[in-house]
Amino acid sequence: MSIRERLSGNEAVALAIKQINPDVMPAFPITPSTEIPQYVANYIANGKMDTEFIPVESEHSSMSATVGASAAGARALTATSSCGMALMWEELYVAASNRLPLALALVNRALSGPININCDHSDSMGARDTGWIQIYAENNQEAYDNMLQAFRISEHKDVMLPIMICQDGFITSHAVENIELLEDDVVKTFVGEYEPENYLLNPQQPIAVGPYAVSNYYMETKMGQRTAMCNAKQVILDVAKEFETISGRKYGFFEEYQLADADYAILIIGSAAGTCKDAIDALRAEGKKVGLLKLRVFRPFPAEEIAAALSHCKSIAIMDRCDSFSSTGGPLGAEVSQALYNAHASALTVNYIYGLGGRDIRVEDFEDIYSRLQTIAETGQITDQFDYIGLRK
Amino acid sequence: MSATDISKITEKSKWQDITPGNQIYGAGTSRAFKTGEWRTQTPVWIPEKCKQCLLCVPVCPDSSIPVENCERQDFDYDHCKGCGICAKVCPFDSITMKEGQ
Amino acid sequence: MATKYNFKQEMNKPERLAPGHRMCAGCGGTIAVRAVLRALHEGDKAVIGNATGCLEVSSFMYPYTAYEDSYIHNAFENAGATLSGVETAYNVLKKKGKLDETYKFITFGGDGGTYDIGFQSLSGAMERGHDLVYVCYDNGAYMNTGIQRSSATPRYADTTTTPVGSQSNGKLQGRKDLAAIIAAHNVPYVAQTTFLGNFKDIHTKSETAIYTPGPAFLNVLAPCPRGWRYETDDIMNICKLAVETCYWPLFEVIDGKWILNYEPKNKLPIEDFLKVQGRFKHLFKPGNEHLIVQFQEEVDRRWEDLQYNCSRN
Repeated sequence: MSIRERLSGNEAVALAIKQINPDVMPAFPITPSTEIPQYVANYIANGKMDTEFIPVESEHSSMSATVGASAAGARALTATSSCGMALMWEELYVAASNRLPLALALVNRALSGPININCDHSDSMGARDTGWIQIYAENNQEAYDNMLQAFRISEHKDVMLPIMICQDGFITSHAVENIELLEDDVVKTFVGEYEPENYLLNPQQPIAVGPYAVSNYYMETKMGQRTAMCNAKQVILDVAKEFETISGRKYGFFEEYQLADADYAILIIGSAAGTCKDAIDALRAEGKKVGLLKLRVFRPFPAEEIAAALSHCKSIAIMDRCDSFSSTGGPLGAEVSQALYNAHASALTVNYIYGLGGRDIRVEDFEDIYSRLQTIAETGQITDQFDYIGLRK
Repeated sequence: MSATDISKITEKSKWQDITPGNQIYGAGTSRAFKTGEWRTQTPVWIPEKCKQCLLCVPVCPDSSIPVENCERQDFDYDHCKGCGICAKVCPFDSITMKEGQ
Repeated sequence: MATKYNFKQEMNKPERLAPGHRMCAGCGGTIAVRAVLRALHEGDKAVIGNATGCLEVSSFMYPYTAYEDSYIHNAFENAGATLSGVETAYNVLKKKGKLDETYKFITFGGDGGTYDIGFQSLSGAMERGHDLVYVCYDNGAYMNTGIQRSSATPRYADTTTTPVGSQSNGKLQGRKDLAAIIAAHNVPYVAQTTFLGNFKDIHTKSETAIYTPGPAFLNVLAPCPRGWRYETDDIMNICKLAVETCYWPLFEVIDGKWILNYEPKNKLPIEDFLKVQGRFKHLFKPGNEHLIVQFQEEVDRRWEDLQYNCSRN
């Protein structure tokens, strides 16, 4: 029996953490993720969970302590945003290369400077090469569901990689929406007990973690990480299938919305997909063949699947909520273009950057983008390959 | 999981044979690495002069003076780096340093 | 807290730091590690932490670990936070009935990883009250990267980032007093020690640190023959001079009370400590006498401060 509630994204993720009841949660406050550790601390203060909370003195220490706890044999996670994640950058690599199955509840927020507390994806997109699994949510329901699936994916013996569960700062984290929750015992059974094989506190056998490794070992180690990330693809799908049996909600690498017969497609991550869907509904009513690919899993990157889903489209707008400052668009633009190129897709693509530092993107903006895509397809001409949407010019 | 057999992990090992996360299951595997080759001078223990005071034992940076039944044994030449600290602290001149290995 | 010291029995214990690590011949760092780990009671398990530094890159070089206990190195600046996580995991596993054994938590950092880059992480771990021991093996510079100055480097030391030259007499600043700073965290146990005679001082302090509930900090003077420029066999003499000149006094701070463990009958002049080390060679050039006078004044002032702290009990 699912439970109907009204929760913000932060409340939903905190509730998922309560239901998972992990062993250790170190955290440091930063807007807009602060509420997550606050809720968890409250649950602990009221005897609602067994988790030990460590009120660390920085985000670098929150990830360091999470690494320590995970290596010690505990199920551990932390939460952060923006500059907090930037401060733990080094530790993101350490967690992944040590093959520690820990989790991070990330509430996406713009990076300084100027200091800005609102949503964009520059924090997690900057961490795209750290070796973490990254799963994104459109709304509070998806954030909750993704959190519940996190440890099943990261702790899988074929994977053993850290996982980042991302939601959009304020837009998702603070907006209260309807949500369907699972019962505690259903979650408990689904998530399962954590039974690590090798860990610091295994009395049967000590282990050593975190060596210095010379060049002769380094590349081979990276290949191990890469293979684990490849393995994560199947595990993500398997866990999603099992999750569907307890929740009735279906998840994959991405959601296709009116995409099957679309000539013009938008590819996007996160909450703006909801706005895009409204635009699609309006345009479809006018008979326009427009569609959406909402990416859920960015790491591992489902390149072949994306290319296959978009193969029939005439033109595609790849939407990045951060700039890579390569001067040629954002990270999603680069990777999706590569996927299409490798699949010999014929669609024309543009890469638009939107929503930086919390800038709104409206239904009209998406309608305008679809109109541009139509012009591009009809003329074969691309005038603004890498445009900023919603910019005052 | 059984202890890591580090004899199977060499600089020629394939990536599949590198332990996940470079973790080593087990302990004290450094014994397999012989630092004794580094020596340019070598301590020589003279048991007849030794009073078994054991003052040489804790000063060794390389855990290379084994103790059994509260008595020191001969040097672990596989690992002794020849720093000479033991010889200098010996109150009974029962350790001398000789040149070379 | 500490049991009666029986030197021979302690030397008879199984080694907890295996040979085959790659520290330099004559290194003070591993002498410190052996001494501290020897204070663990037989049967007790431990998780050893380590900040990046000489010790880490030499004692766990893949696939060779020198530790007989579980060991974790994470990064340079976070040994305190990392062990905080390990210790908290232990508490949870105990609470949940998943673990019966007793574990102790000891982490080692050089002075760079402790006084400087790991200072915040150490402070946080001490303030939060984790039951762990942080051991600084203080060799007074970033030795792993090639003898750069740290905030533990003594005044006038010649390092590669405070080189002695025509316009420079080495490091301009005095040492940070880290033991006092950690004592100001109001932790149950802080001690300063080094290698002396039969190692009773370092052993007793290590045992007290390990078996005192709550956070403890040990500052161990661990000379580096390469960085300090002395012959490798001279380490015990140098440690003795550090103590006899009151450059490195032996003290404890137990629940806020300062205790002086040793007062030299005849306090030696600081020259005796400086002249045996190549890093202070320039101080003995004609015309630099005033630098040694200044050095002596600083040692005297700090010694008097310490005596004052210890007199207030």
